[in-house]
Amino acid sequence: MAVLTALRPIGKGLAFAVVGFLIGAGAATLLTTITDRPATQPVITLGYLFALIGWVLGVGLWDNWAREWFGLPVKNTEAFGWPRYFRFTTDHKTIGVQYLVTFVVLFLLAGLLSVLMRLELMAPGQTIMGAKDFNTTMSLHGIIMIAVAVATFLGGFANFTIPLLIGAEDVAFPRINALSYWIVPPVAVLLILTPFFGGFDTGWTAYPPLAVVNATGGLLFVLAFLTFGVSSILGGLNFLATIIMLRAPGMTWGRLPIFVWSIFAAALISLTATQFVAYGLLMIILDRVVGTAFFDAARGGKPLLYEHIFWFYSHPAVYIMILPGFGVALEVLTHFSRKPLFAYKYVVGAILAIVALSFIVWAHHLYTSGMPSYLHLPFMITTEIISIPTGVIFLAGLGTIWLGRLWLTTPMLFALAFLFNFVIGGVTGIFLADVPTDINLQDNYFVVAHFHYTIMGGEIFALMAGIYYWFPKITGRMHSEALGKVHFWWMFIAYQVTFIPMFWAGIQGMNRRVADYTPELGGINLFISVASFLLAASFLVMVYNLVRAWVRGPKASDNPWRARTLEWQTSSPPPLENFTRPPVVVGHPYDYGVPGSVHSAAAPAGGAGDKETH
Amino acid sequence: MAGATITHAVHNRLAINRLGLWLFIISESFLFSVLLSSRYFLQGVRRPEEVNQPLGLAISIVLLLSSLTAYRGEMAAAYGEQRRFRQNILFTIGLASLFLVGVGIEWKEAFHFFPPSSGYGTLFFTLTGVHAFHVLTGILALLVVFFLGRDGRFTKGNYWGVEGVVKYWHFVDVAWVFIYPTLYLVS
Ligand SMILES: [Cu+2]
Repeated sequence: MAVLTALRPIGKGLAFAVVGFLIGAGAATLLTTITDRPATQPVITLGYLFALIGWVLGVGLWDNWAREWFGLPVKNTEAFGWPRYFRFTTDHKTIGVQYLVTFVVLFLLAGLLSVLMRLELMAPGQTIMGAKDFNTTMSLHGIIMIAVAVATFLGGFANFTIPLLIGAEDVAFPRINALSYWIVPPVAVLLILTPFFGGFDTGWTAYPPLAVVNATGGLLFVLAFLTFGVSSILGGLNFLATIIMLRAPGMTWGRLPIFVWSIFAAALISLTATQFVAYGLLMIILDRVVGTAFFDAARGGKPLLYEHIFWFYSHPAVYIMILPGFGVALEVLTHFSRKPLFAYKYVVGAILAIVALSFIVWAHHLYTSGMPSYLHLPFMITTEIISIPTGVIFLAGLGTIWLGRLWLTTPMLFALAFLFNFVIGGVTGIFLADVPTDINLQDNYFVVAHFHYTIMGGEIFALMAGIYYWFPKITGRMHSEALGKVHFWWMFIAYQVTFIPMFWAGIQGMNRRVADYTPELGGINLFISVASFLLAASFLVMVYNLVRAWVRGPKASDNPWRARTLEWQTSSPPPLENFTRPPVVVGHPYDYGVPGSVHSAAAPAGGAGDKETH
Repeated sequence: MAGATITHAVHNRLAINRLGLWLFIISESFLFSVLLSSRYFLQGVRRPEEVNQPLGLAISIVLLLSSLTAYRGEMAAAYGEQRRFRQNILFTIGLASLFLVGVGIEWKEAFHFFPPSSGYGTLFFTLTGVHAFHVLTGILALLVVFFLGRDGRFTKGNYWGVEGVVKYWHFVDVAWVFIYPTLYLVS
């Protein structure tokens, strides 16, 4: 019974979603009979849109918020204990955990999909699935991992840590925050349903004209992507407002922890650029559902328009993923080197420079797309300029650990590996930024290896660093550092062995996104496949370690890493209001070893003047 | 303890709301800017002769007038003049609905000359459609504000709901100021 009551909001959401679907589908059927258009796609699209509205209303938007608009008193449906994770909760820490758990599960799922792909690619010819299923597997792996890369940081860590790091009680718009999480489950449901609607074979980029004419699974995918976009716009808005408005007294811009800066930058991109991909996806939906001619060349459409708009979002989106990765890595490197963050101001400048530059490089994805060739050179130059600020950040990382007394905990190992992998990802990126080399490397495994080195070797290693770093704070339990290190070395070695050969396979002509290859590449592919299975298996250690620690691990102290930032100056896990006494910031967060330096003090209790310092 | 909690919670809710709305407007202007760009990318400055010029001009004037009444409504709310506030919000809703009717007539004609399946129709229907959707959400928000106002929810010092909706309404109007020349005048 207790379980049933706990899950009531979800049941209500589902019920409202069914009603919404019927309304939308009914309206679509009516419209299609008037206009003589085929009914399937309009019914799915309108049905889904209304189901989505029904779902968020039912799951809590109506009770907690929308009643207000009709002059009714709101009903607060918050709960305590585990049921709070299954409802419209406004506490940023709960939402952070909701995001993290959801997306770590999705991460493991998409990892399994890559195992399926590697099984198929183990030997030339068909092994376990046909080309069509391979395309769907590949596309699903891509889009889920993209969502993971965006949402674990901008949704998970940002939610849990930003208010703590700046000394706030919550985010600026707690209800919008809850809304942006509860928009996510429909995305997952749509994606999981795609194989039952013919799958989709466009990859996560959804290039037309294929994306307009492929199976209905393609429509489901585009709707899912669009929904996810709405969620990340809301998330970006929330964190910008939070960081601008809710910093504790004394938390000046020059004292912001670097992870906060990185989320600020990512949120800026998310708020603005995501509207572009939203429009790109809307055009695909309109072409499919209404029969417009955006991408039909015969009627004056241009598929190239989509590529421009899509990459105007998706290149900056790379920085939505990687900038918070930088943030976590630098944060961890500083705390575990026991040294001030090297060149803090330059790092902040570099992060903001990357945001600005990220908007003027998109066409480096279009060198072989038939874009006018006079655009090649400018985009090559802007792209290469980006290596200056990224280089600054990398050097700041090195400068921070230089001559530091390194404490090689699990998070620290992952942060160091981040630096290592990012160099490889960055250097190989130069070949793809340069037009002459890129034209030869386009769409082969060199590209696959490159972006996996930046996103997986970079961001996912930073994600692991963040998970192990904040796990004691989030759960109040301590994971096993020994198992953590086993996970690290296993994952690190298996990772290199999997992805280094891909550079070579690419140069040998191994095409990406294709289920088959020439027999000469059989040996290297077998090697990569076996290595990738080992890589996948390393995550079992992590799951075992973290699940066990969460259930019955030893209690974590408030500040197991003896770090100076604010989130460690409260209990583990923090109380609902975050700090029993509001913090006052008096110094820089990273002045380790600087005599007499203090980052924060708790506000004096009732003016008694007992200054509690750290 | 009491003093400490107050310093912690002293953040100005109104300022946070205003910032949130501005961020939302910035985000939305990216949407409208890419909408406008796609028109030039796909069709250049081509424009069919059959675009209904008098109607386009008429609905533009109607929409600009609605911004004026919305502004007067907000000012009335700021001074606590309940009746004038509700009147002006009602005027705004009326003008906005009139605008939508105009777009509907325009669509009906456009279906003949340049249907959504044609090159220009694709852009015409999408741009006006996305904008009309924003107008519709604006009308719904204005209705909410009107009915809450009738219950006396807004007072002299407490009318953020009105201010927020009216600011959003101005934004929707400004978006039209760019869409109108793009679809009706450029050639
Ligand atoms: Cu790029």
